[in-house]
Amino acid sequence: MLLTESGSLQPDAWRHLADEEPLHDSDPVTVSLTRWQKERAALQAWNGRLGLRLPNHAEPATIADDIDRFALIVLNFPKFTDGRAYSQARLLRSRYRYAGELRASGNVLRDQLLFMRRCGFNSFIVDERAVREDWSKAFDEFDVFYQKAQDTAPWVMRQRLGKDC
Amino acid sequence: MYRYDDFDHRFVDERVAQYRDQVRRRLSGELSEDEFRPLRLMNGLYLQLHAYMLRLAIPYGVLSSTKLRKLAHIARRFDRGYGHFTTRQNLQFHWIKLEETPDILAELASVEMHAIQTSGNSFRNVTTDPFAGVAADEIEDPRPYAEIIRQWATLHPEFSFLPRKFKIAVSAAEDDRAAVKMHDLGLYLRRNDKGEIGFELLVGGGLGRTPLLAQTIKPFIARRDLFAYLEAVLRVYNRHGRRDNLYKSRIKILVQSLGAAKFAAEVEAEWQAAKGEAVALPDSYITEIASAFALPSYDRSPVDEAALEQAIATNPAFARWMKHNVAAHKVPGHAIVTISLKPVGQTPGDCSADQMDLVADLADALGFGEIRVAYEQNLVLPHVRRDALFALWQKLDAAGLGSSNIGLASDIICCPGMDYCSLATARSIPIAQRLARHLSAREDAIGRFNIKISGCINACGHHHLGHIGILGVDKNGEEVYQITLGGDAGNNAAIGTIIGPAVKSEAVTDAIDKLIGVYAAMRQGGETFPQTFRRIGAAPFKEALYAAH
Repeated sequence: MLLTESGSLQPDAWRHLADEEPLHDSDPVTVSLTRWQKERAALQAWNGRLGLRLPNHAEPATIADDIDRFALIVLNFPKFTDGRAYSQARLLRSRYRYAGELRASGNVLRDQLLFMRRCGFNSFIVDERAVREDWSKAFDEFDVFYQKAQDTAPWVMRQRLGKDC
Repeated sequence: MYRYDDFDHRFVDERVAQYRDQVRRRLSGELSEDEFRPLRLMNGLYLQLHAYMLRLAIPYGVLSSTKLRKLAHIARRFDRGYGHFTTRQNLQFHWIKLEETPDILAELASVEMHAIQTSGNSFRNVTTDPFAGVAADEIEDPRPYAEIIRQWATLHPEFSFLPRKFKIAVSAAEDDRAAVKMHDLGLYLRRNDKGEIGFELLVGGGLGRTPLLAQTIKPFIARRDLFAYLEAVLRVYNRHGRRDNLYKSRIKILVQSLGAAKFAAEVEAEWQAAKGEAVALPDSYITEIASAFALPSYDRSPVDEAALEQAIATNPAFARWMKHNVAAHKVPGHAIVTISLKPVGQTPGDCSADQMDLVADLADALGFGEIRVAYEQNLVLPHVRRDALFALWQKLDAAGLGSSNIGLASDIICCPGMDYCSLATARSIPIAQRLARHLSAREDAIGRFNIKISGCINACGHHHLGHIGILGVDKNGEEVYQITLGGDAGNNAAIGTIIGPAVKSEAVTDAIDKLIGVYAAMRQGGETFPQTFRRIGAAPFKEALYAAH
């Protein structure tokens, strides 16, 4: 199930293709980085909404030139204690100006949602506990922060100096 | 002293509410222990041998009398009437109930304190010189920078799940009293040839099973680039630090495997690439934070030095305390007083609720209500008029806080060890107690001497940096003690060398005696133990310790 940053839950509309699976014409689909690199020309030319699954070890810089091709980038948390994807997310947003949907997958838990959203994620693959326990509340646990991130939330230095810095 | 404004208050209140809900979800079974563990650790709550342990944050070791009284209250109400000051300038309570922890955090929030990130794989308490702001040898007060880093590091969204914990220290004085080189990241405040303030940046220090000293990767960072450069370091570490092996996951291993030069180049490249993304630290914000640390308005009327001299001359115990526990203050007529939490025979770093209240009262009466915690597990009153010293000492002495042993053999750094800690492989407190009892009578003759004891390889007792370090290990069910020699903290930081096979618990005192005997016989002039050790080498010490006589 998919949780959005506004707190709504919906089915995942995307198909996540294995590397040997053929492309479908209508569905929005994601491909692996390996497949993207192997079939880049064909995928560039393909006339559908395309998403990319970027593994933890990949440098966001490797897709910098193609970033506008993707309507979705999926990052992975193999364990919730593995925080590499937070840095990948910030790089995608701030350095490579990625403006599409940025999705957290893997071991996504309630108490990390706010960190993820602050780093630029705006959708989250979650399990049924998110419905039972209303995880959308996790986004509202704080409304003041001590550092600037990818969101527009008030943060301490800006608040105190009363200007954008 | 830094005071919370509405922003900080709101933040810690939100944190308490969040944590209260997490505990509720744990107690109701909604969260498994596996899922709850990292959450409680983000609030400093450990499950130890006998009970929960709560470690709370004392940012850069600065306390007010109000805060200290609150700690005394918590010790009485929720613990067994005492607390333990740690080598990260924090305090921990060892007998805590899980269900009471949200209330404890609410009590802390009421005096502008919290337990955020005193554990877990993120930024730990930022530490600095306990004499900050008043030391005669400092360039500028480092506390505003420590506070600015504290804010930046608090619940940082990108860096809250690092490969491993991350410790930062800042020092601004000639004499490094913050052990900067044992930190994951260290900052020495510097003034460049244009007179601008900035920082020398060191990375890759740490103790544990692979002890390494931090190395300089940037000789000068302008202070406006502080956030940007810290973020560059952390981003390189977060992306490339090892996550496959707990024991190789600190930044020191990454720095060691790449080499400091290569690591520095990666950080520099990231910093260059991030220009325009990271926030600059404006002078106006530094000025605003620094105003919170303005020095108190001292009474600058002349001090009756003759009366003080008279008290020293007629009272040898007071004279010893003046010699060892009182340091130079930058304002004439004043002194910096270190209160030893190492009375002979006690647990190093422990402080009873009554003692906390007394220190708070004395701070109010004689020291502008301010108290510092030193990483050596002692307390500091940073602003005492010299004509109040004798009365202060009398009151401290009457309460069992008059030990005159700062920097001496019985001023032992010691972790809680197997008496409390679930990670420990041996007891450390009884060793410290025995050694202090044995050495205190002749510690003046021995001179400056640092013994540091850890009850396991994680090295919370900094044994690698002790002139003599003692590491308790388990050998086939028996607690034995490995001895390292020649370590040092501060400017001349050095990792001690293991001298030979571990000794049995009952043989530790005798072993340390023999090692000190060699030092006493061989030292030249004012040599410290590490200096003598480096000059004469390990052989004479080995001979004394292991040769069959």
